[in-house]
Amino acid sequence: MNKSQRNQDYLMYVEKQSPKSPWLSSLFRAFIMGGTICCFGQMIGDVIKSFFPTMDLLTVGAWVNISVIALTIILTAFGIFDVLAKYGGAGTFIPISGFANSIASCAIEYKKEGLVFGVGAKMFYVAGPVIVNGVSYSMLVGIIYFIISLF
Amino acid sequence: MVAVLMYLKAFLVGGIICAIAELILIKTKITPARILVLFLMFGAVLGGFNIWTYVVNWAGAGATLPIIGFGNSLAKGAIEGATSNGFFGALGGGLMATSAGIAVSIGLSYLVCLFSSSKTKRN
Repeated sequence: MNKSQRNQDYLMYVEKQSPKSPWLSSLFRAFIMGGTICCFGQMIGDVIKSFFPTMDLLTVGAWVNISVIALTIILTAFGIFDVLAKYGGAGTFIPISGFANSIASCAIEYKKEGLVFGVGAKMFYVAGPVIVNGVSYSMLVGIIYFIISLF
Repeated sequence: MVAVLMYLKAFLVGGIICAIAELILIKTKITPARILVLFLMFGAVLGGFNIWTYVVNWAGAGATLPIIGFGNSLAKGAIEGATSNGFFGALGGGLMATSAGIAVSIGLSYLVCLFSSSKTKRN
């Protein structure tokens, strides 16, 4: 038996053995979880708006983001968010809560490697690519817009 | 009634975005981190062309909370910076618009990790 044949057989074996989650149900759960988080964010926004009616929409949005981030990190610290993430799949990591959770969980996970190179460096294991890509795209958009506005 | 409708719209839009991500996650073998970056890029493009603003006006938090909204506010911040502050604003505007969220994520995570230890499940 040659090597490629063996590799192919192994891959087929892995495919057969890996648990098949019924994809329609996990799609539904992601929909429910994502919708619930966004609904919750909308509620926080309404509460903030009722206390500060003069606040503009952009600032309210920023406060909603900050509230969801803070709540996610606290839930992650108590280990509750893992349960939600297991249930919701993409419904928990696509909203900003996933970004916050990835930083908090990596920080807690790598605490044993020290505060400088453990926490300080590895808390960005997942969030780093998001920040790097996001800042790069925003700079690109800004520069393109600036050049266009010159003419 | 208008308020209830707003919640329904937020639920619908947020849920559909997450369901699309879940579908990509199941049907292809793209890892979650790559999907995050992909959606972020999508959001930055939509924000750059000023399209996502309409969705935000329609669905509220359903459009701002998903990572597409994060990309959108990065792009919108850069555009706003470019109009008000010229080239300097174009460079820093995106980070300025999202700085509070990133700062809270980093600062609070650092604080929390000092008090919490990892609960790795061994099963």
